[in-house]
Amino acid sequence: MHMHKIEYMLKLMINGFTIKDIQEGLAKGHFRAEEVFKKYSDKIKKENKKLNAYLSVFEPPLENGKWKMETSPLAGVPAAIKDNILIDGTVCTAGSKILKNYISAYDATVIKKLRKAGVTFLGKTNLDEFAMGSSTENSAFGVTKNPHDLTRVPGGSSGGSAAAVAADLAVFALGSDTGGSIRQPASLCGVVGLKPTYGRVSRHGLIALASSLDQIGPITKNVYDSALVLGAISGHDVFDSTTVPSDVPDYTKNLNKDIKGLRIGVPKEFFGEGLEDEVNQKVQESISKLKNMGCEIVDISLPHAKYALAAYYIIVPCEASANLARLDGIRYGHSSKDAKTLLDTYLESRSEGFGAEPKRRIMLGTYALSSGYYDAYYLKAQKIRALIKNDFDNAFKKVDVIVGPTSPSVAFKIGEKASDPLSLYLSDIYTVPINLAGIPALSLPCGNGRESNLPVGFQVIGRPFDEETVLRVSYQLEQVLK
Amino acid sequence: MLTDKEAKSRSERPGLSTTGIKHIASLARIKITEKEEKGLKKDLSSILEYIDKLNEVDTTGIEPLYQTTGLVDSFRSDEHRKDFEMNEELNEKLIGQAPHKENRFIKVKSVFERDK
Repeated sequence: MHMHKIEYMLKLMINGFTIKDIQEGLAKGHFRAEEVFKKYSDKIKKENKKLNAYLSVFEPPLENGKWKMETSPLAGVPAAIKDNILIDGTVCTAGSKILKNYISAYDATVIKKLRKAGVTFLGKTNLDEFAMGSSTENSAFGVTKNPHDLTRVPGGSSGGSAAAVAADLAVFALGSDTGGSIRQPASLCGVVGLKPTYGRVSRHGLIALASSLDQIGPITKNVYDSALVLGAISGHDVFDSTTVPSDVPDYTKNLNKDIKGLRIGVPKEFFGEGLEDEVNQKVQESISKLKNMGCEIVDISLPHAKYALAAYYIIVPCEASANLARLDGIRYGHSSKDAKTLLDTYLESRSEGFGAEPKRRIMLGTYALSSGYYDAYYLKAQKIRALIKNDFDNAFKKVDVIVGPTSPSVAFKIGEKASDPLSLYLSDIYTVPINLAGIPALSLPCGNGRESNLPVGFQVIGRPFDEETVLRVSYQLEQVLK
Repeated sequence: MLTDKEAKSRSERPGLSTTGIKHIASLARIKITEKEEKGLKKDLSSILEYIDKLNEVDTTGIEPLYQTTGLVDSFRSDEHRKDFEMNEELNEKLIGQAPHKENRFIKVKSVFERDK
C-alpha cells in the first residue's frame, strides 16, 4: 500500500489528477482529501506567478465534516472557479477594477451543488473583464499566460480556468460561456470545455454578461470528467427561471456505447476563409477517425452561420449595457472620491471603474438600443438569430451531431490582436452561432498543429438538451486520439 | 452609385458624430475623455460597419428570437424564501459594502441642487 501511495503522489507531480484518479486514491486510502488540497495549494503558490491563472486562493475548508463525503464521485476534488461566479464571503472581481473589493453575499447555485458533492475550492481564476473577450488580455489584473507557450494567450474569457486545468493547478474548473468563453480557451489550452444547453445549468450567482446567452460549464482534463461535473451542476433552480424542470441524466452512463451508424454533420461554413491550415488538417483527421469508427459523415450547410458574429455583437452589447447599469457606485463596487453630485457619482465611478472593452460594449449597446436605432440593430439581430436557430433545427433533422473546429487558429501571441477589437472578435466565429441557438457544444483537444505544435480544439455540437450524445461522441473520439 | 444618404453614412454614421458619442456616453452614464471619444468613434464605426452585413439578409416576416428554451410563464410557488432570510450577518454583507453609509442606510449625494 505504501508503494501505491508513492506512485499516486508521483503521478500527481507529473501529470496531475483526473477526478477518477481522486476517487480511486481516496477509496483505496492512498491519500486523504486534505493532502490533495494541500498539494494543489502548494503547486499554485509556486507556479501561479508565471501564469497568472488565479486571482485569489483559498485556505482549505476547516470543518472536518467537509472532507467526509465519500459517497459522491466528486468528493475531495479540488476545483478552480472563474471569478465571475459567487462564493459566499469571498472576493469576486469579474476581472474588473470596479468590483476589486466586492465580497459575495451568497453562494452561486453551481457552488452550492458542488459543495454538497464534496468539491473543495482552490481559488478564483482570471478572466476578461466581465467575461468580455477571447484572450484574458482585457482583465484589469493582467493577462493569463498559456501554459503551452508563455508568450501566448490562453484564450478567453475563461482563460484563467483553462490555463489552471492545463497546467494542473486544479483538477477541474468552472467557466462561463456567452459566445465561446469556455470552448475557445479550452481549445487554445488543450483541455476539454463544455457549454451546456441554455437552461440546463442555473446562472444564479453568475455575474451576468448577456442573459439570453450565458451558461456555466466545466473545463476538465478529459471527457469523462466533463460528464461527471455536468451532472453535478445541472438541474432546475427556482432562482433562475430559465432553467428547465427536466431530470438530469447520468451523463457518464452511455459514454462507452458504440457510435457506429451515428450521423455526423460537417458544415461547409466552418471551413472557409480565416481557418488556419494546421487547424483544418487536425480537424479533418478527427473527422476521418469518426468515419473509420463507423459514423456516417454528412455534408451540411448552415447558411446563416456567417451572420452569427454580427448579430452577436449587437445582442451582447445591448444586454450587457443593461446588465452593467447596476454598477452605479452607490450600493457596492468602486465609488469615485471626486464626485460632488449624484450624477457625478455615476459618471465618475463608471469612468474610473470600467476598462476599455466594457466601455466599448456599453456604448455600442446604448447606441443600438437608443431611440430610432432599435429596429435597425437589436430587432434585426434577433431575427437573424431566429434564422440561425432554424438552420441548426434543419440540420439536426439529418444528423445527430455537428462537428468542426472550435477556433480558427491556435493560441495567438499576447498583444497580437489587442489593438483591433474586431480581429479579436473573429476568433469566436465558430462558437458564437451555438450560443445564439442555445444548443450544447464541447471542445476537445485533437492533437497539436503541425507548424506551431500548439493544441487544436475539435468542436462537437448537439441538439438541445442532448449533452449525452455530444459527450458520447467526444469520449469515443478521445479514446482513439489517445 | 451610392445615394447621398449612403455616402454620408459611410463617412459618418448618424449618431456617431462627436456630439453623438458624447450623447451616448451621457446616456450610458460614463464620463469619457477626448482621447477615449476618438477611440470609441473609430472602434464603434468599424464594428458597426461589420454589423452592416446583417442587411444582406431579408428578414421580412421573420419573428425575432429572444430566447431558446421555449419556457413561458415560469412561476415559482409563492412561499417564504428561506435561502435569503435577512439577518444581521447578511445585512452586513449587503449594506456593509456600500461605499457611503450610515448605520443601516446607504447614503447618496443629494438629487436636487441647492439654490445658490
